[in-house]
Amino acid sequence: MWSWDYVISILPDLLRAFRVTIAATLAGFAVAAVFGLLLAVLGRSGWKPLRLAVRAFVEFVRSTPLLVQVFFLYYSVPMLTGLSLPAFATGVIGLGIHYSTYMSEVYRSGIDGVPKGQWEAASALNLTKTRTWLSVILPQAIPPVIPVMGNYLIVIFKETPILSAITLVEMLLTAKNTASVTYRVFEPYTMVGVIFLVISYAMSLVVMRFEKRLRR
Amino acid sequence: MEPTWFKLYPLLLEGTKITAQVAGLSAVLTLIISAAAGLCRVSGFAPVRAAAKVYVDFFRSSSLLVLLFWIYFALPFAGIELPKLAAAVLAISLNCGAYGAEIVRSSILAVPKGQYEAAVALNLNPTQTMWRVIFPQAFLRMLPPLGNLLIELLKSTSLIYFITMSDLTYEAMILRNNYYSWTPQIFLLLLVIYFILAAIVTTIVRLLERRFAAWR
Repeated sequence: MWSWDYVISILPDLLRAFRVTIAATLAGFAVAAVFGLLLAVLGRSGWKPLRLAVRAFVEFVRSTPLLVQVFFLYYSVPMLTGLSLPAFATGVIGLGIHYSTYMSEVYRSGIDGVPKGQWEAASALNLTKTRTWLSVILPQAIPPVIPVMGNYLIVIFKETPILSAITLVEMLLTAKNTASVTYRVFEPYTMVGVIFLVISYAMSLVVMRFEKRLRR
Repeated sequence: MEPTWFKLYPLLLEGTKITAQVAGLSAVLTLIISAAAGLCRVSGFAPVRAAAKVYVDFFRSSSLLVLLFWIYFALPFAGIELPKLAAAVLAISLNCGAYGAEIVRSSILAVPKGQYEAAVALNLNPTQTMWRVIFPQAFLRMLPPLGNLLIELLKSTSLIYFITMSDLTYEAMILRNNYYSWTPQIFLLLLVIYFILAAIVTTIVRLLERRFAAWR
């Protein structure tokens, strides 16, 4: 039933698709990291309406499925704005926005971990708000939460197959296309499953080591 | 063609029923797996601990959508053909159960050591210690993260759209084909329905939390 020849014949296609998966993962993670930081900082704004708006945004995005958000971005946004983006960009923005809400919570825990005295010291030194954030708070808040962010890199990696729904030719869609040509489903899907399993597990070991080192 | 909100209503209601059904069944199975695997993770018997760890690592490292594809499309080639509902519930529960097991495990480990010592002092056997002393205390710690897990579970049910189960997302895609000009409205409505479903889950978990906190 299992044919190694067939596996070898589809490997080049899968490897090409793997690059797309990795590119989407890294780009999505970058968007999530930047936008998440923005949400975390804005969520601490002194202006209450802004704080509430950020809170509502985070709650809403976190409680709705990534798949539907990606559909919304891919099909609705062009109709509303006249601006249409390719599948890759849409997928990256979708992943990025979705996980920025998770990431903002991670940053928030980091920011909460900075002792109050640091804020007081910054105001005693008469630093501006921007200076306080950039030179005092964030350099202390971010390093401790980097391993947790690593976990979200893994999560985003595992979510990329969802982007096959908006025709991004990543690994799952490649396997699906191969299967529809050859009528052999077992090998391609198993291969994709194994690749995800191995890479995620290896990444989680790296993150765990990183966490342990940081804790020491 | 211009629809009215009333024309959207019947299909979305049908979809909501399927989504709720899959989410409900998966939630029950997830909680059972979480409790079983979580308890095995803290078992005194090393092989049981190791088996549970393999289960958790395996399913936490695999991509849910790929797993769903594999169970539904690839497994029949190995002679195991599952109906859509069973494949959906199985994939979601195995995946979420692995996360739930970690919640159960960490909550049990977070119960202070003194409680175990007290149980020994009272001459309770290990089963009594777990069920009468440790688990009730750990349970309260488990509730908030399990609530989050259930939200993740609810969101992940949208993936059953890929195996053409007529859930909310699938029905919305059908509506979109029929009323193309209403694409933005349909997806917005879809997001709002998922948000409401998530809010219902959150409320139930909060009520449970309050109830059990009071009962303590």
